[in-house]
Amino acid sequence: MARYAYQPFPYRTAPELAGGVARRWPVVIVGAGPIGLSAAIDLALHKIPCLLLDDNNVVSRGSRAICWSKRTLEIFDRLGVAERMVKKGVTWKVGRLYHRDREVYAFDLLPEAGHKNPAFINLQQYYMEQFLVERCFEFPELIDLRFKNKVTAVRQTNDGVEAQVETPDGSYGIECDYLIACDGAKSSIRSMLGVEFKSHIFPEQFLITDVEMKADFPSERWFWFEPTFHNGQSALLHKQPDDIYRIDLQLTPQADPKEETKPENVIPRIKAAIGDRPFEIDWVSLYTFQCGRIDRFLHDRIIFAGDSAHVVSPFGARGGNGGIHDVDNLVWKLAAVIKGGAPNALLESYNAERVHGADENIRNSSHSTNFMTPKNSFEHMLRDEVLALAETYPFARRLVNSGRLSVPCSLAGFALQSLDDPGMTGPMTPGTACLDAPVRDATGHPGWLLDHLGGEFVVMSFGMPASVRQDVRSIVIASEPVAGVETLCDETGLIAQRYGGHNGAAYLIRPDQHVAARFAHPTADKIAIALARARAEVT
Amino acid sequence: MKLNTDWNLGNTGDDLYAALIEAHAELTEEESRRLDLRLILLLANHIGDGALIQEALQRARQGLRK
Repeated sequence: MARYAYQPFPYRTAPELAGGVARRWPVVIVGAGPIGLSAAIDLALHKIPCLLLDDNNVVSRGSRAICWSKRTLEIFDRLGVAERMVKKGVTWKVGRLYHRDREVYAFDLLPEAGHKNPAFINLQQYYMEQFLVERCFEFPELIDLRFKNKVTAVRQTNDGVEAQVETPDGSYGIECDYLIACDGAKSSIRSMLGVEFKSHIFPEQFLITDVEMKADFPSERWFWFEPTFHNGQSALLHKQPDDIYRIDLQLTPQADPKEETKPENVIPRIKAAIGDRPFEIDWVSLYTFQCGRIDRFLHDRIIFAGDSAHVVSPFGARGGNGGIHDVDNLVWKLAAVIKGGAPNALLESYNAERVHGADENIRNSSHSTNFMTPKNSFEHMLRDEVLALAETYPFARRLVNSGRLSVPCSLAGFALQSLDDPGMTGPMTPGTACLDAPVRDATGHPGWLLDHLGGEFVVMSFGMPASVRQDVRSIVIASEPVAGVETLCDETGLIAQRYGGHNGAAYLIRPDQHVAARFAHPTADKIAIALARARAEVT
Repeated sequence: MKLNTDWNLGNTGDDLYAALIEAHAELTEEESRRLDLRLILLLANHIGDGALIQEALQRARQGLRK
């Protein structure tokens, strides 16, 4: 299998430096990683032009973020790129845990059928970025993607943001209404603004290696506590496309980064882990990590998303996925503010909801890290005993923590969501990300519920249309097409089952596919009030 | 009543683990042991079922002596 070929993206002289007229942009995005690229695509779907700047002109070196969750794939589906990712990626849902030479237990992250997207795919960050860049190229009128354009200064004005951009042909100034900083964990926008990043740094080091080899290992996540093949505390193996395997080995805090990444030191460790078979090293890196975030993700008209706003340890795949969830939450709000003059409170809800999401990710990944890196004899013994009990007692397996894998957080209790209707049952309470299910549209085409939700507010009602204003999209879930309204046929009954959707019930669903409100007995008034709340028009 | 060995901690498992670590932080080994014993006595009193505590004791002892 051919290894990934890094192709530089074309650099072009900025129009501002070639005699063109500088325009004022509604949005400038800094950083064309997975988060910035996704934000640009989402804005383009809302018909909002943006300038996307990146100081580099190639995709990420090395696999870096590889595990993409079901919810993230659902967002990428809305952005029109998920199918390509799923096709290329390695689909997995089973994780296996070992302690020394024994298997402790295995878990299945998606035990039920009836979802379009898998629990997880593994796909190297370089593929993700390539696919997202190519998707951006499909919006030449809306996305101006400029490589080797580095922001060197940024300043807030009364009604916007000004920045200075440096290129191989010289520098130029830009103006915009909003700037989204997606420039990663070492965000230069953050430093330029002097925004403080509070974090907890973990001393352990991890050696991370991409290895190319022919092996018939199943598509599963394998995790070892105190592996017999390595004298460290833990090891993790993930299968990636192109016969590439990711191997993470935990080293001591004292390990010397230069020594540990030398091939003569890496090769014996890999041999011990995978056995005696031919392999080639594709990429080696040594990393330490921290968990933390900035206080606020909104600084007037500069908005932070992804690693520039929060960082987590890699166990649980909550970094890359969390950043995509930021974009999902942010862009429809920003679009409503820019296009329709929605109140600033709507944008402010991005801060509240995603700070909450980041805290949940930080808490989970810190717990995982603490389990994996016992700091004294008590912690070591506690973990040993949990692992020992886990072999006999299923309850103890729930205490074993090799990473709590990324799931969307609930937005219940935040200002945009209405209180739950006591007449409704089931887990799809306001604030929950919508669950998928198979559907058949009015023309008889099979498809998926989530492909019909998102991008705008939707009222989804069961059995009969709910009374809603003309300008709000309405979908009816029924066993057969209802005349005059957009109907989705719930042949399997899974939508009604997953949503507790009795005849007449209705859901108000946000543009980011989260439940804003649900009603056992909807009326036009109830829906209008919930919609105004979800648009931050009333509090 | 029989000892419940099904999961009974809702979504608080990771918090329990963190709380145990925090409670033992900076204690000497002897202090740690004393903390555990006090915890056992408090919880045993709360459970208040001698037979059940006997069963838990037996299960906890299993496999300790090879």
